[in-house]
Amino acid sequence: MALIECKNLSLGYEGKPIVTGLDFKVSEGDYLYIIGENGSGKSTLMKALLGQKCVLGGDIIFDKSLSRKEIGYLPQQTVIQRDFPASVKEIVYSGCLNGCGLRPFYSAAQKKYAKEVMEKLGITELSNKCYRELSGGQQQRVLLARALCATKKLLILDEPVAGLDPVATQNFYNLIEEINKSGITVIMVSHDMNAASKYASHFLHICHTPLFYGTKNDHLCCDVCRVFNAGGEAE
Amino acid sequence: MIQTLTYYLSFDFIQYALIAGLLISLCASLLGVTLVLKRYSMIGDGLSHVAFGAMSIAAVCSLAPMAVTLPVTIIAAVILLGMSTSGKIKGDAAIAMISVGALAFGYLLMNVFTVSSNISGDVCTTLFGSTSILTLTQNDILLCTVLAAVVILVFVIFYHKIFAVTFDESFANATGTNTKVYNNLIAVVTAVVIVLAMNLVGALLVSALIIFPALTAMRVFKSFKRVIVGAALISVCCTLIGLLTAILYGTPVGSTIVIADIVVFAIFSVIGKVAKK
Repeated sequence: MALIECKNLSLGYEGKPIVTGLDFKVSEGDYLYIIGENGSGKSTLMKALLGQKCVLGGDIIFDKSLSRKEIGYLPQQTVIQRDFPASVKEIVYSGCLNGCGLRPFYSAAQKKYAKEVMEKLGITELSNKCYRELSGGQQQRVLLARALCATKKLLILDEPVAGLDPVATQNFYNLIEEINKSGITVIMVSHDMNAASKYASHFLHICHTPLFYGTKNDHLCCDVCRVFNAGGEAE
Repeated sequence: MIQTLTYYLSFDFIQYALIAGLLISLCASLLGVTLVLKRYSMIGDGLSHVAFGAMSIAAVCSLAPMAVTLPVTIIAAVILLGMSTSGKIKGDAAIAMISVGALAFGYLLMNVFTVSSNISGDVCTTLFGSTSILTLTQNDILLCTVLAAVVILVFVIFYHKIFAVTFDESFANATGTNTKVYNNLIAVVTAVVIVLAMNLVGALLVSALIIFPALTAMRVFKSFKRVIVGAALISVCCTLIGLLTAILYGTPVGSTIVIADIVVFAIFSVIGKVAKK
């Protein structure tokens, strides 16, 4: 069953297309890597999936079981967040906001769920700590916990390991793999090919047009992938 | 000293000044936390200059000042807070541009179409609120109370949403919170507070009341809730100290309150540094 299906999708801003001719499906339980160079349209595609207005043509069809509000999103960190005075608990709870509607406060059930998520990600001890005093890896875990509070089905991550040290990066990848195995679909935007070839179940390789879409094994032996890897090594 | 103080406190106008000062500082500090964190510290300054420009238009055309000032400032606030997302001119530059432009425009208007004999006095009063807080009427106090009630209500009802929009707009947007609505809500409330407060206490004090308590609270407190409550308490205390000092020693009210804010900021910075070690 396809959670999201894109048909002949064109994306861009102010009428200027950035990516055209996208055709792909994301099924339940997939671990999709969207890869491509800077400026290739990865982020635009992600914004379109999150419902921001950059669709010029074509369709994004969501399965009935998935509402746009129920996508867990882990954005890139902004400068504002790095010195933001908020406790970990406050940030994780804010993931539950999409379930609140017009109600001004969180329900007991939401708080309980948020606590379970924090337990699962091993950040319960941090819950009263201040966000700006955490390490980069811990901050990413907090934001991941918030994203998991917002969804039970689909997680979209935007270059989540940028700026993490190797150990934190490895831990983070392991965590995502576990989450994926527990049944949550993962879409990851990245240009880390090594990790991609290790963890992904599907690939979407774009550079203004889709260069490749398919499963991991097919991707590894296609030309696009070889060129991309060679380019990465030459730099 | 206490005797002099009780003597002064028996006057109506002193009581009014205290009530208005405290309520305005409470509102400004609540808004201030969000504005400072969103990197809009200068918006108080910018908007009060816009209000000044609008006020001079009203004076020249002999319209009711509030009827011109309030809508113009609200529009300016919505535009300024929306600018960061649209991107061509960055938020801080936009604020500086509009602020300086409005100030120049207002002063020019006042000079060319002279309505009063003492222009520099008028300008000074608008910007620094020299004595206006001591000349409030009962209606002004009523207005202040209603305003404070509305601001506090907005903050309690939308607290979590305001937090989400301040901390991470793109996440809030992606998970279905209409960030535009809340940004505009913050902009409108900011504009209303600034316009009303400017009439009462002057532009200088308004921007100080927005930034200082928030920054002071951030030195020490580590969660958003504590920062907000802390900023409100700090703001109210500083205003009280500043006002009483001004009354006792006859110093200008606005600047005395700002000095009190600066002193408390310094103290909290030291406490924050020591606590970290």
